[in-house]
Order: sequence, then C-alpha cells, then structure tokens
Amino acid sequence: MITKKTRAFLLLAAMMTTFISAWSQDEAEEERVYDFAEENHQCFKCHGHKTFYYFNENMDQQIRERMNPYYIIDTVEYYSSNHWNFSCFDCHSYDYSDFPHPNELRMEPKPGCLDCHGGDDYEDLSWEKIDEEFQKSVHSTKHSADFKCSMCHDPHTYKVNARTNENIKETIQYDNGICLSCHADINKYQLIVDFVNPNVLETHQWLPNQALHWQSVRCIECHVEMNEDMLIAHNVQPKEKAVRKCVECHSENSLLLASLYKYQVKERRNELGFFNAAIMNNSYIIGANRNYYLNMISLILFGMVVLGIGIHATIRIIKK
Amino acid sequence: MSEERLYLYPLWLRIWHWINALMFLVLIATGLSLQYAGPESTFIRFDYAVQYHNIAGIILTISFVFFVLANRFTSNRKFYRIKYKGFVKRLMKQFRYYIYGVFIHEPKPYPVSEKRKFNPLQKLSYVMVMYLMMPVIIITGFGLLFPETNIENVFGVAGIYLTDLLHIVTGFVLSVFMIVHIYFCTFGKTVGSEFKSMFTGWH
Repeated sequence: MITKKTRAFLLLAAMMTTFISAWSQDEAEEERVYDFAEENHQCFKCHGHKTFYYFNENMDQQIRERMNPYYIIDTVEYYSSNHWNFSCFDCHSYDYSDFPHPNELRMEPKPGCLDCHGGDDYEDLSWEKIDEEFQKSVHSTKHSADFKCSMCHDPHTYKVNARTNENIKETIQYDNGICLSCHADINKYQLIVDFVNPNVLETHQWLPNQALHWQSVRCIECHVEMNEDMLIAHNVQPKEKAVRKCVECHSENSLLLASLYKYQVKERRNELGFFNAAIMNNSYIIGANRNYYLNMISLILFGMVVLGIGIHATIRIIKK
Repeated sequence: MSEERLYLYPLWLRIWHWINALMFLVLIATGLSLQYAGPESTFIRFDYAVQYHNIAGIILTISFVFFVLANRFTSNRKFYRIKYKGFVKRLMKQFRYYIYGVFIHEPKPYPVSEKRKFNPLQKLSYVMVMYLMMPVIIITGFGLLFPETNIENVFGVAGIYLTDLLHIVTGFVLSVFMIVHIYFCTFGKTVGSEFKSMFTGWH
C-alpha cells in the first residue's frame, strides 16, 4: 500500500525529473530564429526532396519528376550548418524563384566564398590567409580555378568542427569525410581530373594500424604543410612531401599538437604534469604521451637502485 | 669441494630462462626507444622498434605460457609455494643477511638445497614477477597491440592511455627487477658461479 508520505515523495521526484529534463533540453538546444525559413521553403519544397511536381500547362496536368540527386539539399543539415540563417537567394539569383528556372541562369558564375568572407577575421582564421595558402597547394596549382572552396566545404552543409566540437573523434571523422568525398568517390574526383582516383587504401598500405590511424588523425595532419599563424592550414602538399616519419607525431613535440590538437592546446595547457595533456584525453600516441612526474620518479628510483647496488657491491669487495 | 652438487635447473627451465632474458633485453631496449621517441633522440628507428617490440612480446607470451604449464606439471612448482606462517620473519632474516650478514661472512640463513631452491626474498619476488607482473604486462601489451579492445573513455581519459600507463609502470618495475636479479646472481660461491649454473643446470 502506498502511504501518503511515499506518494508525496514520488510526486516530488516526478516534478524534479520534469524540471531537470526540461532545463537540460533548454541548455542543449540553442534558441534559433530562422529568419528565412519561409522563403527558403519555396526552394526546399522541390530541392529538399527526391521527387517534385509541377503543373504542365501544355499537357494540362500535374507532372511528378525525379530531382537531380546532386541538387538535393538536406534541409536538416542545412539548418544546422554555419549558413543556417541564410536565404537561398543570398548566393543564388532571385530569378530562380521563377519556375521553370530560366536557362541562362545556369551559365551565370556562382559566387565564391571570398565574395562574402573577404576581409573577415575571426580569431586566427583569416580567409585571405587561407586563400594564400590554398593558392600554394596542389589543389590549386594542379587544378587552377576549377578547384573551388566549395568542393571541400559544401556551403549547404559545412559547419565548423574543431572549435565547437568537444569530441575530437567526431571532428576527425567529419574532416576526413571532406577529403574522402573526392578521394574515395570517382564521380566527384573526375569533375576536375581525367585520371583514375588512386585507391587510398592501397596507397596507405605501408601505414601500420591503418584503420586506427584514420580514426585518430585527419588526412591533413600528414598531407598539409603546417602554418603557425593558422588554425587550419590549407597548403595541401604533393604526395611525395607527405609526412612518413613515425616520430614526427610519435614524439614529445608531436606534430599533432600543432595541427589536430592545436585548438585544445591553446585552450588548456598541461594538466597534472602530462606533457601533452590535450592528446591524453582523447587518444594515446606512443612517444607523445609522457608524464613529467612519472619520468622523474622513474629516474630517481632507477638512480637509487643503481647507487644501492654500487654501494653494496663496494662494501662486499672491501670486506672480502 | 665438500658440498654436494645439485642438479637444480632442468633443460626446459634453462631454455625458458634464456629466451625470457633475451626477450626482456629486446623489450626494454625497444620499449625505452618508443617511450622516448623523437626526431633526434630515437635510439632504434621507430617502425623497427615497434616491430621488434611486438615480436619479442609475442615470444615472451608464448614462453610465459610454457613456463606456467611446465611449472604446473613438473616438480618445479614446489619451489614457488609460500608457507605463510612465519614468512615475514623469514623475509626479515634474509633481508638482514643481505644488508649486514653478507659483509661479515655469516653463513646464508637459507642455503640452497634439493628442497629449497629459493631464499624467502627470492621466492616472494619470483612469485610476484611471474604470477602478477608478467600477466599484467602481457595483458596490457596485447591491449596496446589490439587498441580496439580497450575501453574508449574512462572518466574522461582515453582507456588506452591507462592501459599504456599500467604497461610502462609494470615494465619499469620488471626492468628494475632484472637489474637487481642480475646483481643477486653474484652471491654464489664465486661471482660467476650462479650464471654458470644457469647454463649447466648444476648448482
């Protein structure tokens, strides 16, 4: 039988649970007002689906057609991307609001990222510097103007990860996905080159624990020249210049501290005497995870053992 | 020589011992090289050190399993049995001998006999090394060889990091044990006699 006291306790517990869950939901979900949701819906009602329909006046009937898969925008991804509060017409001509879309619109040059971001400075992220680095990279020197920022950073889905995501593994997966969207997909790869995409699994056969490396570091760690002034370097190097020496990462001054863990290192310096505390919380890298105190203790203990043996042996020799 | 010669170390034990010793040396050298790896300071090339460390670790594991089985099914196991009653007292007696008695040429409190191969301190350290530390270093070693088997996150720290910490701390203790073990092997009739015994089998 439930007593009055128990009932009151259960009621209080239920109220607390409701309050806590409502509070944590509020905390988790940032209040967002989507200024262009209604306007964008005009585009997404076709481009947000695999099929669309329109009224064909010549045939006097409603026609249902398949949407070109490359022109489908995932609305959930779009509204959680960095450009979530943009109108489609910020980048695409307003004339697209007409249907059927006027043919000549396809011939119009598309805006580049620097058309908006030129002059922007955010922390140590300067778009002009990124552009300078990119111009030096193989992506630019081998493919000239064909290679656009948007080939890697789809403006409909791209979101900053390294600075906002606490989970390094997710950042790694996201960033590697960008590289693999071309380097593991011949259809996209051959948009700018004619030759066959080399198989990344084969070209990286030499790498021990291949799967683990790919889960733990980003492609750019080895394939991009580091730049101290930038959070994310963009100078992608030719394959001959990729890092192949294990000790570049597997050492106290691990290369990863200047790349993958750069943001974390800046945010929180060494904790508890670990040389590379930022790495420790997320991964383990032979040669890079060292503890200052453990190093000292082991050296002292080792010294004491050797000294003890030395003294003991000396007395034994004297007293022989 | 009035003392009777004893055949204390059968062939299987000697073979196991020297394989174990050799693997210890390889593992210590490569382990140190990996732990303190760096572009300038690498003592053995990193990728080679990883390979040698893995191979030596696997051989050490096989040799350890062989030792445990051989010790289980031969009479050698009796030397590892600890009689708890009065053990601390016996330990202290042996300890006193090492820090005092040996210098004034006192007779050994627990001399080697057919029934007693190890003195109490030896017995304790060997049991700890073989039945506690070796399993720990082997299990953690395999944890590092197959990183996907580790718990991903333990209270905000990568599980594999804790595995590694346990591995290197145990490795350090075992390395110190090896140095002390070699020194105590000079306590035979002559400085080299114990070493010779481990080759011939005769004490």
